[in-house]
Amino acid sequence: MSGSAVLLQFLNGLAGASSLFLVAAGLSLIFGVSRIVNFAHGSLYMVGMYVAVWLSAKVGFWVSVPLAALVVGTLGAVLEIALLRRIYRAPELLQLLATFALVLVIKDFALWAWGPEDMLGPRAPGLTGAVDIAGRQFPQFDLFLIVLGPAVFVFLHVLLTRTRFGILIRAATEDREMTGALGVNQRWLFTSVFALGAALAGLGGALAIPREPANLEIDLALVSDAFVVVVVGGMGSIPGAFLAALLIGEIKAFCIGLGYSEITLVAEFIVMAVVLVLRPWGLLGRPLAEARTPALAETDYALPRRAMLSLLIVLALVPLFSDAYALVLLTDVLVFALFAVSLHLLLGPGGMVSFGHAAYFGLGAYAAALLLLRAHAPMELALLAAPLAAMAGAALFGWFCVRLSGIYLAMLTLALAQIVWSVAFQWNAVTGGSNGLVGIWPAQWLGSRAAYYFAALGLCAGSIAFLWRIVASPFGQALRASRDSPLRAEAIGIDVRAQQWAAFIVAGTFAGLAGALFAFSKGSISPETLSVPRSVDALVMVLLGGIQTLTGPVWGAALFTWLEDAVSREVAYWRAAIGVVILLLVLAFPQGVAGTLKKWFSR
Amino acid sequence: MILLGVLATPLVSQAQNVKIGELNSYKVFPAFLEPYKKGMELALEEINRSGGVLGRKLELVTRDDGGTPGDAVRVAEELIARERVNVLMGTFASNVGLAVANLANQRKVLFVASEPLTDKIVWENGNRYTFRLRPSTYMQTAMLVPEAAKLKKRRWAIVYPNYEYGQSATASFKKLLSQAQPGVEFVAEQAPALGKIDAGAVVQALAEAKPDAIFSSLFAADLQKFVREGNTRGLFRNTVVFNLLAGEPEYLDPLKDETPEGWWVTGYPWSEINTPEHKAFRDAYQKRWKEYPRQGSVVGYTAVYSVANAIRKAKSAETEKLVEALKGLQMQTPFGPIVWRAIDHQSTMGAYVGQLSRKDGKGTMVNWRYADGAKYQLSDPEILALRKE
Repeated sequence: MSGSAVLLQFLNGLAGASSLFLVAAGLSLIFGVSRIVNFAHGSLYMVGMYVAVWLSAKVGFWVSVPLAALVVGTLGAVLEIALLRRIYRAPELLQLLATFALVLVIKDFALWAWGPEDMLGPRAPGLTGAVDIAGRQFPQFDLFLIVLGPAVFVFLHVLLTRTRFGILIRAATEDREMTGALGVNQRWLFTSVFALGAALAGLGGALAIPREPANLEIDLALVSDAFVVVVVGGMGSIPGAFLAALLIGEIKAFCIGLGYSEITLVAEFIVMAVVLVLRPWGLLGRPLAEARTPALAETDYALPRRAMLSLLIVLALVPLFSDAYALVLLTDVLVFALFAVSLHLLLGPGGMVSFGHAAYFGLGAYAAALLLLRAHAPMELALLAAPLAAMAGAALFGWFCVRLSGIYLAMLTLALAQIVWSVAFQWNAVTGGSNGLVGIWPAQWLGSRAAYYFAALGLCAGSIAFLWRIVASPFGQALRASRDSPLRAEAIGIDVRAQQWAAFIVAGTFAGLAGALFAFSKGSISPETLSVPRSVDALVMVLLGGIQTLTGPVWGAALFTWLEDAVSREVAYWRAAIGVVILLLVLAFPQGVAGTLKKWFSR
Repeated sequence: MILLGVLATPLVSQAQNVKIGELNSYKVFPAFLEPYKKGMELALEEINRSGGVLGRKLELVTRDDGGTPGDAVRVAEELIARERVNVLMGTFASNVGLAVANLANQRKVLFVASEPLTDKIVWENGNRYTFRLRPSTYMQTAMLVPEAAKLKKRRWAIVYPNYEYGQSATASFKKLLSQAQPGVEFVAEQAPALGKIDAGAVVQALAEAKPDAIFSSLFAADLQKFVREGNTRGLFRNTVVFNLLAGEPEYLDPLKDETPEGWWVTGYPWSEINTPEHKAFRDAYQKRWKEYPRQGSVVGYTAVYSVANAIRKAKSAETEKLVEALKGLQMQTPFGPIVWRAIDHQSTMGAYVGQLSRKDGKGTMVNWRYADGAKYQLSDPEILALRKE
């Protein structure tokens, strides 16, 4: 690259960094104060884009920008008051489930309101052209962004350090309970911070329209970028987010400038993984204060043995009186139930949130496929050996992950999963690239839907029983002790990290088995088995069923799979419908379906 | 309750109808698939008004496949096992298309893949039960090569979305252009992630390589970002651009007054094609839906007619007979006559090749010609080798 090419790419990186920062700053504020992992932040950004494109046709671009921020800020306040406020007392992750449902609803709302076609907004009046820099054309609007990013940063910095509102935000970020104990009205604080964060997302969206069209795919693409920036910078740290946005913006620009554009597929996740391994709380973050919420009513992980046995018998009899499709659907339910139960071992007894559990599911699926297609192993062997690949992956990743905690651990699992995904996506010769691999069918004797259903039933039920047994074992007890009080656990001689690492390995192995079963039930796999949505599905299943019960993940998997199947058949806007159902369930059953039902019955 | 929901078998309804089980990612790619659905429904109404097939009504059972191969396979199983459809049809993304094709082969059900572009669905992974309607990535790339070679540009830069479609378009283009124009140089290659192009940096990097011409397979939001940045930064001032698919209304219309002049594209100039067969289609479509047809409309419309014609030719709705009937089936479409090739189950439906132009703040295609899909194929021995037959 010539000197001027370097300069131009540097400027491109700065412009990209500014727009990243706008979104990330809002997300960081919201997380810092309310600890909500707001999946819907990208959706708010998307709404900002659509509103800005729509308004700029009526009132002009420059007026539409603040209006869009205002509209989205108001929307944020409404969502917080109407929805999130009701579930702050629920287990922490339930808010994540609620924001996931919002993503679904908002996406379909945008489709309904603005139609399926991408909407390219106007150029910014006054900044439509380019200026000559080092003999090359550089857009005026990008220069404006380069200035705006730091300006917003200074504004937020002053707000946080010089105003009473800012002091309260920082106090709540540092120690939420103490702030409350000192008489600060937390409700008002949470609402206003959520509205501010949403407004920043709306502002970011509105300012993006001269550079990219409003489209329905932007929400999830954006929220993962924003999360990476926030985590790399350190959750809750605005200067950190700014620094991280700069780092990632520049790295991406130079990957492209130097001709390594393929790396942009995962560049930010590689950065995140490296940063988290070296600095467990991000670049400028500090260890999170332990939330002193009253310990969750500890679930008794007792198992309704008789009920489960009868269920098993009923399931074994299903092929006698059902049609063939019911077996296909139930096979899916069984596979996802095992996947969810394996995740639950980490989430529940392990106390470790994983956003990247699909990595092990996908490793199992790919290992099975590769053993069958490339190594020409018998199908039975491929099925049973595949979990070993997932086990190896979990051992490797778990070793790094258990050195972190909380949201940082979750984001490292996500980063590692994305790296595995990108390898599968890019390595055409071995993994079939984005198309994946086809022709992964079970052996002859398992070829019929009923035979495969029985195989899946046997393996999944056996594995689930084993995983449940583990929770009650001495290892499970030690794991739960490590979750509830790492200090005391260590004091009585438990190697906390070793327990957590072992939990990772066990959970990964069984996720791998689920993945291998999935591969043979579908006959083909693609990188989708490793993707973020697959990880999120598993989380949703666990949370829907109830994280504090043992059987919850199974019910969650059944409910979610059945919902998807039934709703997508009957309703045109099925994503929104699923979102609404999840929201209603979240509000009605804050302990998860199984958890709440159990509570009712035990009264 | 859930178990009951799962087991409840829907009442057997209209057992007399011939059923097409159509699965597609309606909510993931709505810009293409909403017009597609309208095209299908128009065809269905026309066919049933004129007496259906085999004296029976043709029925369309549509399902959303969620855009993932795993869900699509489950949905296809439902169509096969519960709905007992006679034919599977549809799919959009290549990985979903391949997964359903693979299932069709396993369950021995005819699958008419209407939209997926991947070459593999009829070549490397082709199977007895899978047929594909649209011109493949290879075919559409090959359609652009004659114009590209004519220009005698030496230095080419390439930009493509980083997944199978973009990769294979790029590989085919390099191979075909090098054959047509020995000595051509490829000076830069950019592969941004699908839907996430960092357009400023990509345009800059391409400009640094000082290419004479650019081959792009970008589409949708990526294309719009690329065009706007390129316009602002003057990338297209002295560079000819060839862009697959950019002339399709789905991707061209959002560009409006940004539409770059003179780009060579494949697409569908719906307002300008005045052959009798296209006029009839366009009039019927506009009358029925009060809007103009998109590329998706033509694909949906033709896919339903393909199935209907195959049933008529076979005089049966039985899978094996339909497979034989589709091989070599000749039929009329809004784009003119096509043949379903027996050798690889690819239809010869073509595409329009032309140049982009701005008219009244909107994009349109000029200097266009119809590129007949029959002419842009690998040789038969090459295909047989790929299909391992």
